[in-house]
Order: sequence, then structure tokens, then C-alpha cells
Amino acid sequence: MSQTTLDQAAQATPPRAARRIKGLSDRAIAWIFVGPTIFLLLAINIFPLIWTINLSFTNFKANRANRAVEYIGFRNYERILTDSDIWLSMQATAHFLFWTIFFQVLIGFTLAWLINKKFKGNDLWTTIIVLPMMLSPAVVGNFWTFLYQPQIGLFNYVVAFFTGADPSSFEMLGSVNLAPWSIVIVDTWMWTPFVMLICLAGLRSIPDYIYEAAEIDRASKLRQFFTITIPMVLPFLMLAVLFRGIENFKMFDLVVQLTGGGPGSVTELASINLKREAFEKWRTGYSSAFAIILFVTVFGLASIYVKALNKVKER
Amino acid sequence: MSGFFSGLVRLRRGSWEMVATVLIGLGVVMLMQPFVLWAFTYSFITTLVGTVMFIIVSHFPE
Repeated sequence: MSQTTLDQAAQATPPRAARRIKGLSDRAIAWIFVGPTIFLLLAINIFPLIWTINLSFTNFKANRANRAVEYIGFRNYERILTDSDIWLSMQATAHFLFWTIFFQVLIGFTLAWLINKKFKGNDLWTTIIVLPMMLSPAVVGNFWTFLYQPQIGLFNYVVAFFTGADPSSFEMLGSVNLAPWSIVIVDTWMWTPFVMLICLAGLRSIPDYIYEAAEIDRASKLRQFFTITIPMVLPFLMLAVLFRGIENFKMFDLVVQLTGGGPGSVTELASINLKREAFEKWRTGYSSAFAIILFVTVFGLASIYVKALNKVKER
Repeated sequence: MSGFFSGLVRLRRGSWEMVATVLIGLGVVMLMQPFVLWAFTYSFITTLVGTVMFIIVSHFPE
């Protein structure tokens, strides 16, 4: 029945139109396929970026959209870059970024190296280790809030067991000194498996015959590790650092669930500060300028990082 | 070292990318350091110049 309908539709197509469709060049067909994607990219990524750059030079407030918008030049940038609160939030972001990446790379690589050893049940262990990564950040933030409770939280009791301190004598989320570390611990717990998986892929890509050749040359295990394992895993490790770096630079959900930026503003990362400026104080122009500063920073860092990654891969 | 400077004079990618990379790195350090506010103030312009330079010089010949 449908065949008959199709035949009828084909016969009903005017011969000139049919010839035109048949005569499409490869380039035109390629544009037909790529066109919608390019359109979406322009509409969803490029246009908002240009619009944000435009807004960053204005005093626009989204909650007063009817008010006349004034162009104020670089005043938003000037205010942000002399604001000590923003400076503090950048320092908090730097602390979070550095230590999470440091611990995730260290522990992730170690776990991958151990999992890569062939032992009974290593597939099961891989699955267990990977579990935290599969959870929602909102869920992780919520249950770590319970784990950090000074009265009933398991974390305090584990620390107390090893140090002999009173479990209720310290408060991870309420202390100015400990709160920045509490978010580092949770992010490390959640995302180390991701780094581990990437490192594991790198370790498994090293052919056995390289180690066998090194054995024949009587290279020690330590020498093999530093001259074979590390250089061959390095591109994978750099990729993991790039992914985690970009992700943690804009970390928001987990930290909001855990500390909400507090106590005071010691865990107020750049993204949390940005959200407050944009959607609590409604300083849209100001927050657009802040977003552009963060964008340029991440873009610049990612550019040199990708360059370095390509160089390592060429070696 | 002389290769680096001759690369700058002859507009070669390697040398100029090195300059752009140093500027971006310096800008990021200035943005996140906890010591002096003026370094934070000038961090964005440093990063921006480095980033734009990086985009331009990556089209220079090797």
C-alpha cells in the first residue's frame, strides 16, 4: 500500500524538480547535512557569547528590562578587577582547582596502576571504584553533608578513630579553615574514578613487548616506570587534567549543596559569585563582564594546554 | 636563545607562541595570586592579549 503511495508521489513530482534534486553537487549535499548543526551552534553558542560581550559594556539589569540601557564602556571590567570580594573568590577557585586536580591525578593514577595489575576480581573493583562518578552532584552533596555532621556524621568518627580527637570537636563545613578542604575531599572522592578510567585506558594501551624489551635490557622496575609507563600515559593524564580543570573552574552544584559558599565566603567559588551577581543582585551587565573574564581565562588556558598535549602526542 | 629572537624577527610560529603562552600563564597566575591587588587588576588584560596573540600567531609559518 505504502509502496503504491510512494510510487504515486514519485510520479507526481514534476520532472524539472526531480532533475534539480538529482543534480545536487557533493558540496551542496554536505552543506545540507552540516547546515542545521552550524545553525544550532551559531544560535546556541556564538550568538549568546556575542550578546554577553555586548551586555558586559552596559548597565543592563534583567529584572528591570524596560529601563533604558546605557553603554558604560569598560566600567564593569574596572569594578570587577578592583573588587576584593571577586579577588577572594578567584583565590578560593584557585585553591579548589589546584588541590582537586593534584589529588585526583595522584590517587587516580595510583588506582589505575593497581587495577591494571592482573588479579582476581579486578573488573568488580573497577565497577565499585567507578560508582561515585555515576551519582548526581546534588545527591553527593546531600549525603556528604550528613557524613560531615559533627554529631552523627561518619566522617568525623573515622577521623576521630585515627587521630584520637573528639568527633564533635571539629566541624568540616562550619569551620573557616576546614570548609575549603571539605569541598576538595568530596570532589576528589567523586571524580578520581574519572581520572582513573582515563589513566587505565593509557596503561592498557602500552604494548607488553616494550616491557619485555626493557626486561631483556635489564632495566629495573623503577626505570621502566619512569621511562616507559609515565611518558606513554602522559597524553592521557594531560587530557584528564584538561577535562577536570575546565569542569572544576566552573564548579557550582556540588559546592552549593555542601556549603552554599560559606562559612562567610571562604568557599564562594567564581561560579557561585557569578550566579549571585547575575540572579540575586540582578547586575546583568556586571555579571556578563565577569563571565567574559572567566571565559577568556579558560579559553587561554585550554589553548596552551591543547598545544602542549599535541606536542606530547607527537613525541 | 638566538633562535628564539630570530624567530620573533622572522615572524615564526614557535617563538611567538612561546611569548603568547607566557602571557596567558602570567595572566592566570596574576588572576589567582593572593598577594597584590594590582596584579589581579591587570591580569585580565594580560590574559586577553596573550589569548588573542595565540590565536593570531598560530597561523604563522613554522
